[in-house]
Amino acid sequence: MAKINIKIEGVPYQVEEGLTILEAAKACGYEIPTLCAFNHGECNKGSCRVCLVEATGARGLVASCVYPINEGMEITISSPKAAAARRASVELLLSNHSMLCQTCDKNEKCELLHVARITGARDGMFQGTQTPVTVDEISPSIVRDTSKCVLCGRCVARCANAHGNGVIGFQNRGFRTIIGPAENRAFTDSPCILCGQCVNVCPTGALMEKSEISKVDEAFAAGKYVVVQTAPAVRAALGEEFGMKIGTPVTGKMVAALRRLGFKKVFDTNYAADLTIMEEATELLSRIKNGGALPMLTSCSPGWVNYAEVYYGDCLDHISSCKSPHEMQGAILKHYYAAKIGVNPEDMFVVSIMPCTAKKFEKERDALKTKGLADVDAVLTTRELGKLIKRSGINFTKLPDEEFDSDIIGEYTGAGVIFGVTGGVMEAALRTAYYVLTGEEHAEIKFEQVRGFDGIKEASFNLAGMEVNVAVAHGMKNAKVLMDEIRAGTSKYHFIEVMGCPGGCINGGGQPYVRECFLPNEDADIMDTYKEKRAQALYSEDERQTLRQSHNNPQIKALYDEFLGEPNSHLAHELLHTHYGARKPFPEKE
Amino acid sequence: MAHLNEAAVAKINEICDRYAEERTPLMMILSDIQKEYGYIPLEVQEIVSKRTGLSVSEIYGVVTFYSFFSLKPKGKYIVGVCLGTACYVKGAQQVIDKFSELLGIAPGETTEDGMFTIDALRCIGACGIAPAVSINGKVYPKVAVSAVKGIIDELRAEGGAN
Repeated sequence: MAKINIKIEGVPYQVEEGLTILEAAKACGYEIPTLCAFNHGECNKGSCRVCLVEATGARGLVASCVYPINEGMEITISSPKAAAARRASVELLLSNHSMLCQTCDKNEKCELLHVARITGARDGMFQGTQTPVTVDEISPSIVRDTSKCVLCGRCVARCANAHGNGVIGFQNRGFRTIIGPAENRAFTDSPCILCGQCVNVCPTGALMEKSEISKVDEAFAAGKYVVVQTAPAVRAALGEEFGMKIGTPVTGKMVAALRRLGFKKVFDTNYAADLTIMEEATELLSRIKNGGALPMLTSCSPGWVNYAEVYYGDCLDHISSCKSPHEMQGAILKHYYAAKIGVNPEDMFVVSIMPCTAKKFEKERDALKTKGLADVDAVLTTRELGKLIKRSGINFTKLPDEEFDSDIIGEYTGAGVIFGVTGGVMEAALRTAYYVLTGEEHAEIKFEQVRGFDGIKEASFNLAGMEVNVAVAHGMKNAKVLMDEIRAGTSKYHFIEVMGCPGGCINGGGQPYVRECFLPNEDADIMDTYKEKRAQALYSEDERQTLRQSHNNPQIKALYDEFLGEPNSHLAHELLHTHYGARKPFPEKE
Repeated sequence: MAHLNEAAVAKINEICDRYAEERTPLMMILSDIQKEYGYIPLEVQEIVSKRTGLSVSEIYGVVTFYSFFSLKPKGKYIVGVCLGTACYVKGAQQVIDKFSELLGIAPGETTEDGMFTIDALRCIGACGIAPAVSINGKVYPKVAVSAVKGIIDELRAEGGAN
């Protein structure tokens, strides 16, 4: 790439051609404040006007996030004129913002507050009419509060990128502009899959998960037998809530914290991930043998299941009937474990800590009730767990490492751990499918072909003389490609893993926010590498496990021997399997 | 909500076909649908979404951005009252208020019998005859507040006869 000469504050630099002023300044060691410019141009609208600077050759001040540099350009960031303009931009945003910062769940990671501090924005500089407000609290997963929206468009861009068919967009004009689903509908009346990717990128509290912390408080207060389980991806990111470096696995401290929060038992959802693999691998092999619908699609990701129900209602027989792991775990806890420890299942309250907002919706599904009891009673995101720990005065970083409960259930293998990253469910399933078919372990535990962050990964394996074609997709944009093949009858695959969020659960909509401006000690390329770092935390835990294949989990073997019989048995179907139903993208209003 | 009949679906598809070769066909498609039916409800936007590959949210954004597009059916007579500077200083606000009062609807709304819609317009370039009112393409010059009732009665008589 050719270099060109620019000057910033009179100092000459050579930078790559084709950059924006914002990017060039960054390369030279400047951090110009901005809201709408996000993640290397994933969103770049020049709409927030917070990044205004002076540049030669331009008329007036320019938005540095969209203005390209050119040879000889002289840029001034700190002139009184530019600084005052940036401050005024922020003051204008604040003038149409509900300033309930103290009680806002985003206040620790609010970028509007951050740029307000940096620019020195003052209170109440502009007063007048406020844009009419919509607060959508209808979905169990996500709350949209337009009074906190700065119209940066980051959520719109992420929704289009992750979902593929953007659900939220700008609507109306001028001062009445808001962001939301068409007709300003509730998320539940739109094609939204509740994945929470919009929440992950929202700079303010306009998009947030719906908190269930109070539900958990009430369960404790009511004297319930409250147990908790944690998804694999949570341990790869929870440390970030306490300032730890991205990719630090905190499994032991997380368990210690959950015990200190008063949970009677602390389980790893990985136990049920192993169970899922037993059920799913058996289901796959039975479909192949008996001419069932192929390819079979995984069903662990509730965002993906929502998407399939809305857009591929005619292909639902391809989705595995397996419940997602935490729902399986809930069913086993209430209908097996409870009796073992002498607790009335109706008094048991199962809390799932998930990297996911869609899980909050999933747990409310009627099809995920067993014998009249919801399998899971409350779902907290990784971020909510962080809040709960802080609220309870627990000094997370100083905690000792403790082990998960595994008295009767709870042991897990490395196969369960990698469920949290794209390709992980596939790899876990392959490890076990090979064994089920041949009675022998696959020589190589790792299936490298399905690892990594390519949008669609594919591979072929010879499993005991049987050629099995598999594919892995993450983000609905990529899943769509594979689904259109299935609909057209041209899919060559036997088994497809789909996860709703780009990168899989490690980048789920309930994971800690990754914001460069709040991560001064991370590498400069953290926006590109954080997914890999979190994934590495899981792969390293897999490697530390002695048992790495689901079928070798002794407690899973015991569960089948003394309770379920065999995978896909009648009882297994009753407790561990579910069904789906087609939905309209825009249900008619009453 | 009434559902689109087959003929309407075919017509909307035909409109989409007209611009199949265009790189950015949305405005043209919406414009033709607006002219054909007088409004563009969500159900129609869903068809346009399938045909163009653009998301419904994006199409909805365009429909709600331009005042030319409407989400609801408009009246048989669209009473456009110019509120541009010249008309405004000549009393256009009182004129539009009178229309609102007599028809019982606010600007942007349609009477229940589907006869009238009131639109507040920005300058329509007829400053010389301010205040101007444009109804279905016919321009009424120098409209006095006292003339409003006559205009409505005239249109009612004409519309009722059809």
